[in-house]
Amino acid sequence: MTSTSDSSAEQAAASGPMLAADGTPLKKSIARALRMQKLRALALIAPLLIFILVTFIAPIADMLFRSVENQIVSTTLPRTITTLEGWDGSAGEAPGEDVFAALYYDMFVAAEAKEHTKLGTRLNYEQTGISSLFRKSGRKLDDLGKDYQKPFEKAAKDLGDGAAFHALMTGTGPSDSALLESTRARLEALTGDSMAGEIGFAPGAEISALLPLTAAAYADFAVFTARVDGDAPADEDPWEAVYTALAHDLATPGTIEKIASYTGPGAELLQAAADVAPSLPDYRAFFEDVDEDWLDVANWSTIQTYAPNYTSGYFLNAIDMQKTPDGTALRDDDERIYIMLFKRTMFMSLVITFSCILLGYPVAWLLANLPMRTANLLMILVLLPFWTSLLVRTSAWKVMLQQQGVINDVLVWLGLVEDTARLIMINNQLGTIIAMTHILLPFMILPLYSVMQTIPPTYLRAAKSLGATNWTAFWRVYFPQSIPGIGAGSILVFILAIGYYITPEIVGGTTGTFISNRIAYHISSSLNWGLGAALGAILLAAVLLLYWCYDQIVGIDNVKLGG
Amino acid sequence: MPKDASQSAFVEFQRVQKSYDGETLVVKDLNLSMPKGEFLTMLGPSGSGKTTCLMMLAGFETATHGEILLDGNPINNIPPHKRGIGMVFQNYALFPHMTINENLSFPLEVRKIGKSTREEKVKRALDMVEMGAFGGRRPSQLSGGQQQRIALARALVFEPELVLMDEPLGALDKQLREKMQFEITDLAHRLGITVVYVTHDQTEALTMSDRVAVFNDGRIQQLAPPDHLYEEPENSFVAQFIGENNTLEGVVETIDGESCTVRLDGGEVIDAKPVNVSQPGERTKVSIRPERVEFNAERLQKGAHTLKAEVLEFIYMGDIYRTRLRVAGNEDFIVKTRNAPDQRRLQPGEQLEIGWLPSDCRALDA
Ligand SMILES: Nc1ncnc2c1ncn2[C@@H]1O[C@H](COP(=O)(O)OP(=O)(O)O)[C@@H](O)[C@H]1O
Ligand SMILES: [Mg+2]
Repeated sequence: MTSTSDSSAEQAAASGPMLAADGTPLKKSIARALRMQKLRALALIAPLLIFILVTFIAPIADMLFRSVENQIVSTTLPRTITTLEGWDGSAGEAPGEDVFAALYYDMFVAAEAKEHTKLGTRLNYEQTGISSLFRKSGRKLDDLGKDYQKPFEKAAKDLGDGAAFHALMTGTGPSDSALLESTRARLEALTGDSMAGEIGFAPGAEISALLPLTAAAYADFAVFTARVDGDAPADEDPWEAVYTALAHDLATPGTIEKIASYTGPGAELLQAAADVAPSLPDYRAFFEDVDEDWLDVANWSTIQTYAPNYTSGYFLNAIDMQKTPDGTALRDDDERIYIMLFKRTMFMSLVITFSCILLGYPVAWLLANLPMRTANLLMILVLLPFWTSLLVRTSAWKVMLQQQGVINDVLVWLGLVEDTARLIMINNQLGTIIAMTHILLPFMILPLYSVMQTIPPTYLRAAKSLGATNWTAFWRVYFPQSIPGIGAGSILVFILAIGYYITPEIVGGTTGTFISNRIAYHISSSLNWGLGAALGAILLAAVLLLYWCYDQIVGIDNVKLGG
Repeated sequence: MPKDASQSAFVEFQRVQKSYDGETLVVKDLNLSMPKGEFLTMLGPSGSGKTTCLMMLAGFETATHGEILLDGNPINNIPPHKRGIGMVFQNYALFPHMTINENLSFPLEVRKIGKSTREEKVKRALDMVEMGAFGGRRPSQLSGGQQQRIALARALVFEPELVLMDEPLGALDKQLREKMQFEITDLAHRLGITVVYVTHDQTEALTMSDRVAVFNDGRIQQLAPPDHLYEEPENSFVAQFIGENNTLEGVVETIDGESCTVRLDGGEVIDAKPVNVSQPGERTKVSIRPERVEFNAERLQKGAHTLKAEVLEFIYMGDIYRTRLRVAGNEDFIVKTRNAPDQRRLQPGEQLEIGWLPSDCRALDA
């Protein structure tokens, strides 16, 4: 470079962005040049990226979401929880008639959609017994409506006829599209399916103003029949709830007077119904009759507490706490289990990690320092477990460790242990620790080995030539350099151990199981996915936290898997 | 070897043999004795057993046979850390997880030397290699030459009387290597330490050492001061290995004490100094250094034999001219001449007569 171009470059650097030969800023032209490269690299990893996103990241995100998600209450009982908002459980009184009325219509739709038992199961996690309450009520809901339907049909037979009732509710003039749309939205939330499309019914605005409850109940019926069952509402007989609603509307003061002046289609039917002069439905008494637990304040508190769309309830549960009307509180002593399980999982994982270090370090040392041929043979022995099924290895430990097993037999034969006092080494913590140490050992040995391989033997020689004994040379010179391997192996083993499931399940008994076994139980047996997800989220957080601590203390760039 | 000589020797190898695999001897019958304060270099091609000798001396390998004495005492059964021998390794072997200060105080710590003395000695050692400002750094933060100095300082800080160095400058570039060569010899002489130095670089061996032991095939081929080695090689391996050398093959015709005549394979007869030949009829390799060849007839000794030669190539090298000739069928015969005002530049194709002093022409083993 000549001195003139040198100084011009300096000037450019001082006065503004460096320019490329064609005058564009250098940064920009580099970015342009690299963009193609980046795109190509991205295209290469795209299949894997998509695979991971679909099969790994998305399920995890979904699972984590489940740990706080709680929309089932508000989608199943939307009107109930709105009316319940003003209720104060601390007074010791069950909610009033309006709440029970809302509950009745919500439950009716939910029962038709077979969603009410799901809600029962969900709430049962928080309040034992609620599940049977919901199931029982779902079966009895029709009875109340039937009580009203019969007198109506006696008064005018067409009141029981689907087409006539459809004409009555359709009325003339403008229709109440707001009612239809809100019904659609509610049912969509309830069933999770789209309700868009032709219904074959539009509530008349006039009739909807005259008989608001009936119009709403019939709209529920119509949308459900059209979109879920796929039938025309006009061809089907209305739900019993519609007659309950009709009775409720007719018993409301002022309605009968207005009906007298109503002239729309089916006006005579309506007049006949009004002449029956039904009594106001007593929803509360009905529910009390089904099960008197409906008057239990605790049940209603639970519904109110879990009404929001998102809840910390699962997480509180996962750390042995619960929501009470007075805030959060620890569970009773005999109900606490998760904290203990978390502690046990951590402790046993630590023990397993340390046993792996203890057993794996000398093996890795040998691998790194023996002549090639012997080291290769040893390596095959280390890798051998990978060629056997995990289940087989774990079951083998069961055979080895049980009281009538090989080890006990040998000990008895040697006279070290009395035949009557055989050691219990399985179905407890010891069994889990032994089996898991064995299974995870290669994950400690391999990183250790690959780090040790890169430590030249001259360091030990140098230390000895400087006057260090074998031990000092090892401890002061070799060991510190192998720490990255210990770190890598420990992270690997610990993280694998903390989430291990099969081995503790098989050899752990009751005292040697991990939190993961509990998670599996909630996912596959109790079906409390929210709690399982919360436990999993805490486990994930714990691992990340430990990883972060480790990074702070040891430094993650000190972790080597080789090189 | 006289008894008193072995008594005064500081390091002594007596009939040492070494085999790794029980089949081949890597070191065959090694005898070596060096006095205190000597700078001895083991020079030889790669694989000739130099490192093995050094490792036996340091205690990392055991001799299969024979005795190694240090200051008159056999050390075969003394573990390395008790031998008190300083050592500089080829790749320095500075402990990467320790700072320079920690590296240097390591040998003092294991000797249980107090903290204040330790710090003082470390500082002195660092100053000695002019690295006083780098004590807090890690080895990886230093350049190759700086690491080399630290390795040297570490080997010296516990004041050993014997220091071993295994190709310590092998990883440095030429300029740095030359600078370090000087510094190491200078330091060794100042401290009066005994040094066994291993290298495969003959220039290094010649410039640094009091004596050089040329290794080949597990044996010392010649043990002599550098000038002897160069000017009076005792066999054709040494002649070939040290410096540049011209070789002509032939048969001894007459031999008479300090002089002999050799009939070359091409038929010409030349005078030579018998070194490794004893009777007429023996095959021999005649060795002549390129700078001892003369083609200026005026400077040639009267009566010396001359040979016909043809210039094949002329290479200008700045300080010298290097001319390749065809002589007695050998097309790689090199002549070196000083670049002086009166010096003639030979032209390729030129025919001339060359000659040399019979004493510069050594008849060695075939
Ligand atoms: N640890 C060892 N095991 C087996 N053979 C070895 C070992 N170290 C060196 N050798 C062999 O011994 C011979 C001499 O090696 P070495 O002393 O390192 O030579 P140099 O240092 O002169 O290059 C070589 O042939 C080498 O292959
Ligand atoms: Mg070597």
